[in-house]
Amino acid sequence: MGAALTRSAQWTAAAHGARALETTPPNEAILKEIIVFVEGFIYKHPQEANYVFVEPLEWKTNLDPSAFGSGYVVSETTVKSEEADKNGQPLLFLSVPQIKIRSFGQLSRVLYIAKTTKLKEAQACIEANRNPIAKILGLDYNMINEINEDSSVLTILDKITKDDDPEGEIKMKIALLLKQLDLHLLNRSLKNISLEIRLNPGTVKNDIELLKRFSGKGEQTVLESIEYTSDYEFSNGCRAPPWRQIQGEICYVLVKPHDAETLCITCSKEGVFLNGGKTDDEGEINYERKGEIYKDLVTLLREKSAKFSENMSQQEGRFNEEQQKEKDQPNEAPEEEAAALRKASTASRRSALEKKQISLGRSQMTKRLEPSLNWKTTVDAKENKSSLRDTQEEKHGGRLEKSRPSTSPGRAQLIRKSAEKIEEIISESSSESEEDEEPPDHLQEANADLPSEYWQIQKLVKYLKGGNQTATVIALCSMKDFNLAQETCQLAIRDVGGLEVLINLLETDEVKCKIGSLKILKEISRNPQIRRNIVDLGGLPVMVNILDSPHKSLKCLAAETIANVAKFRRAWRAVRRHGGITKLVALLDCRRPSAEPAQPGLYEARDGEVAHCGALALWSCSKSYANKEAIRRAGGIPLLARLLKTSCEDMLIPVVATLQECASEEKYRAAIKAERIIENLVKNLSSENKQLQEHCATAICQCAEDEETRDLVRLRGGLRPLASLLSNTDNKERLAAVTGAIWKCSISKENVTKFREYKAIEALVGLLTDQPEEVLVNAVGALGECCQEPEGRVTVRKRGGIQPLVDLLVGTNRALLVNVTKAVGACAVEPESMMIIDHLDGVRLLWSLLKNPHPDVKASAAWALCPCIQNAKDAGEMVRSFVGGLELVVNLLKSDNKEVLASVCAAITNIAKDQENLAVITDHGVVPLLSKLANTNNDKLRRHLAEAISRCCMWGRNRVAFGKHKAVAPLVRNLKSNDTNVHRATAQALYQLSEDADNCITMHENGAVKLLLHMVGSPDQDLQEAAAGCISNIRRLALATEKARHT
Amino acid sequence: MNRKKLQKLTDSLTKNCKHFNKFEVKCLINLFYNLVGDVTERQGVVVGLDRNAFRNILHMTFGMTDDMIMDRVFRGFDKDNDGCITVSEWVYGLSVFLRGTLEEKMKYCFAVFDLNGDGFISKEEMFHMLKNSLLKQPSEEDPDEGIKDLVEITLRKMDHDHDGKLSFADYEQAVREETLLLEAFGPCLPDPKSQKEFEAQVFKDPNEFNEV
Repeated sequence: MGAALTRSAQWTAAAHGARALETTPPNEAILKEIIVFVEGFIYKHPQEANYVFVEPLEWKTNLDPSAFGSGYVVSETTVKSEEADKNGQPLLFLSVPQIKIRSFGQLSRVLYIAKTTKLKEAQACIEANRNPIAKILGLDYNMINEINEDSSVLTILDKITKDDDPEGEIKMKIALLLKQLDLHLLNRSLKNISLEIRLNPGTVKNDIELLKRFSGKGEQTVLESIEYTSDYEFSNGCRAPPWRQIQGEICYVLVKPHDAETLCITCSKEGVFLNGGKTDDEGEINYERKGEIYKDLVTLLREKSAKFSENMSQQEGRFNEEQQKEKDQPNEAPEEEAAALRKASTASRRSALEKKQISLGRSQMTKRLEPSLNWKTTVDAKENKSSLRDTQEEKHGGRLEKSRPSTSPGRAQLIRKSAEKIEEIISESSSESEEDEEPPDHLQEANADLPSEYWQIQKLVKYLKGGNQTATVIALCSMKDFNLAQETCQLAIRDVGGLEVLINLLETDEVKCKIGSLKILKEISRNPQIRRNIVDLGGLPVMVNILDSPHKSLKCLAAETIANVAKFRRAWRAVRRHGGITKLVALLDCRRPSAEPAQPGLYEARDGEVAHCGALALWSCSKSYANKEAIRRAGGIPLLARLLKTSCEDMLIPVVATLQECASEEKYRAAIKAERIIENLVKNLSSENKQLQEHCATAICQCAEDEETRDLVRLRGGLRPLASLLSNTDNKERLAAVTGAIWKCSISKENVTKFREYKAIEALVGLLTDQPEEVLVNAVGALGECCQEPEGRVTVRKRGGIQPLVDLLVGTNRALLVNVTKAVGACAVEPESMMIIDHLDGVRLLWSLLKNPHPDVKASAAWALCPCIQNAKDAGEMVRSFVGGLELVVNLLKSDNKEVLASVCAAITNIAKDQENLAVITDHGVVPLLSKLANTNNDKLRRHLAEAISRCCMWGRNRVAFGKHKAVAPLVRNLKSNDTNVHRATAQALYQLSEDADNCITMHENGAVKLLLHMVGSPDQDLQEAAAGCISNIRRLALATEKARHT
Repeated sequence: MNRKKLQKLTDSLTKNCKHFNKFEVKCLINLFYNLVGDVTERQGVVVGLDRNAFRNILHMTFGMTDDMIMDRVFRGFDKDNDGCITVSEWVYGLSVFLRGTLEEKMKYCFAVFDLNGDGFISKEEMFHMLKNSLLKQPSEEDPDEGIKDLVEITLRKMDHDHDGKLSFADYEQAVREETLLLEAFGPCLPDPKSQKEFEAQVFKDPNEFNEV
């Protein structure tokens, strides 16, 4: 009983002495057991019931003396039992409220008398007598018990043989009975405990991983940080040092909540609690428990940090919201993500025992780990999305009037695709560590009714496992006959443990088994989940090794499977790290004289086929920056260039697609130029195959960043096929690629002339409506370039292109807005077009884009505003009509983006042409803001800044103000720039400023005269004039002062 | 054997064998006599490899282990069914065995699998050939159940006319769809690796051969 009481009974954490038993179910159970034992004692062991305790059990009772009946001497406040010991002491003595009992018989009776309050009495008794055994049997028995409990019976027996006392015998019996009870109680509570939640390293790790995803800076996160104290993880998943693992401790974490000090927490099997913290000097942890034990980390943190529990519930709220939002989108992946996320969050908190999955064998482990991945990815995705949404909302707010463009499903998909692409590129270039999106596991729910294929596949996998080569081949061939494109079959293979077996087969020497296995892996790896599983199981290194095989068909299959599997970062990295890129590039080389015997083997393929498969795999892998680099270093470009000369479309598509992916890199573009690849790309534009055309156009689009390449495309006659492809608008992907190529090519003026000739501008104008955004971005970009020429502008106007362009100003796509503003700006150069723009309220729309959060949109809008203000009728009045517009522009001078600053300076130059507006912006403090910018060394900014300054000098005492704000000296330094435009603008600004005597002095002090004198000799007339004017002002001042001194 | 006779034998065998050139035939003949040993040729006594010697070669050189299949391979080589492989049977057999076209190999394999030679591979024959192909699991009530199931799976896959047995046409169609099924009921062809080794060892450099 002693052991049971000290170990399993749950005592409250109160200080020593007055500890009380908590009223918990396990405690109650223990008490009931004790009551049953004591009650039955008098009947079962009448002899022992008379044994007199060494010390009485004494406690405060609630029993009324009146409750006692016969056998007791009852007075008002006391009760004495008639039963007495040898010395005449009563065995029961009650003096309200203290009761003293000295035998089991009396104990039984008391319990009998207590009736309904039995439980309370027993509890009070146990609480008051923390060591009942010692009191009953005497201290020495208890000592024995405590010190050496396992052999206690032996010791007691020993004792008995020593003293031949009859009482000793009874004592012995009682001791044994109590021992039995103790064991019984321990067993019972053990059963209870085993039902309770016990933490294990897996669940703890999951919890910490999940919290980690949600930690970081900012208000939204649940924690500031959560870190393990040790990076080393033992193979059992624990991080605690071994000598602490013995105590059941799993790991220690340092948690910094938003609103509290760093907590040092121990996660042990019993639960989670605060420990003594990390001692600063040695980095050692004080392992002692300092707080209550909580059932898991989240509960503890909720308790310790209000912010945590608040944000935690908010996060949950946000998932729901997220899910709602995604519902109206055509793609359901994010929705599923959100669902998976919620699943993960609840699952992680649920205890492992509660979770009864119908999981199948080994897949259980991977499945349990998966939620954390999902969580992570969805958080990443969600953050992106929410920031996107924020910016959208900002835009909505900023727009003066706006209608949401309706998105057709196809369009949305394209948008999504492009967004993904961008995301991919961005994150890929930074690091490969992040996971990309993956569809969540559908299986858990779908388990209820498994299709018949499932059982058949399970059987086949059994034969794969337990069969020799012959049986394996039969099973593989049979498995191949299932519809492997179907998800049920794919997942069935995985869930019955087939993937492991298939991958294991790849490591055997049996060519036939390898071929059969790869044929299946190739098909099922079309499923994103399977891809992940294959990578997790280490399938890629094995396949990469097979690329060295002498059997070509094996090489082909391995390459094809790699092509299917390598669709995400971790896979790309795995292929590269195991030397896969070099081997794949080697596959491309099909000129090698084959050393194979003349007659083809049974399992052989053609060289061309090998190269094709190699190209397919490289295509998949080339989406990663590091892989692109690896392909290049492995000498892939010349090989791709050679393959490009074939006319086999199957071959050309992966080759061109690989080149297209890689052409995002500068080095590739140079190599592509050097290898004369453009020529072949242009040739294949005229192919019949739409996909090939698409890839060629995309590749040209990528490469046409380079001027020489643009010329090459023209010289090779690539512009005509591009222009003619515009007429076919059914295939949106291809259209996007073609418009992209046209856009980039039209950066060269000669190309624009050609495009005009081919009536491409007309076709582009036709693409301004009802197209997916990806097409729109490119088409508008192309028009923006074409409109740089007067002829282009006229065509656009005549074709009614201005209206749709202005309509696009209300869009939300950043790239599109940049292009649209540029195109509108280009059109506005022509007064006639400007009238239309003005009529359509385009200037107002441009102006609202100055509030766009993206600097490139802001800058582009500001640039576009310049010609608008220049060419609009009543420009000054128009500008003033935008409420708050001028203040907005002036405030943009606080931006830290050089392009924005330059564009805003240019806009200000134009705005300041109107005296009234100049007065307004002066009031808004344009002078100090401009002055502050004067120290820049960006030539573009210098030029427009100087222009703005010279314009702003035209008002009131602005000249003096510029001098006061120290704008003059830096301006003088601008004269040392190499850019004549800067010189001209600066000279003009200095000329304006030199009207003020103080400024003249500053200029002179900064050596302006010498620099200006030099510029008087410039061939640029404006510069000459301004420089000369400035010098004359300075000179005049000098003469005046001299005169003043002499008189 | 004298040189002249050897020359003649080589010529005649080379003429009838499309997969080996003269040199290779010579090498194989040489190997054959090395394997047979110093049995002096006498009239009326067939010089050749008996079943055990041949099985030994299959086992040692080509890594075959299945007794029954090796027996059948022996029969495949032993065209005249006299229990002894002569030098011409040796060369012809190896030409299919090592370098046969898919058609030749299909015929050869089918003959190997058709245990009773009735032109069909019956369920019983399949069962017989597959009976050792699965790891016996003690938990299983009927240890043959898996084999039976495997036979059913094979039939489902290969028996196109659904008559419950495989004709050569069935077999041929299945193999043309999936080459892996060529040796569906057990390895009766050399695996590529040991084939390569064997050829490399036997068809040594001609100069080297001359020296020998």
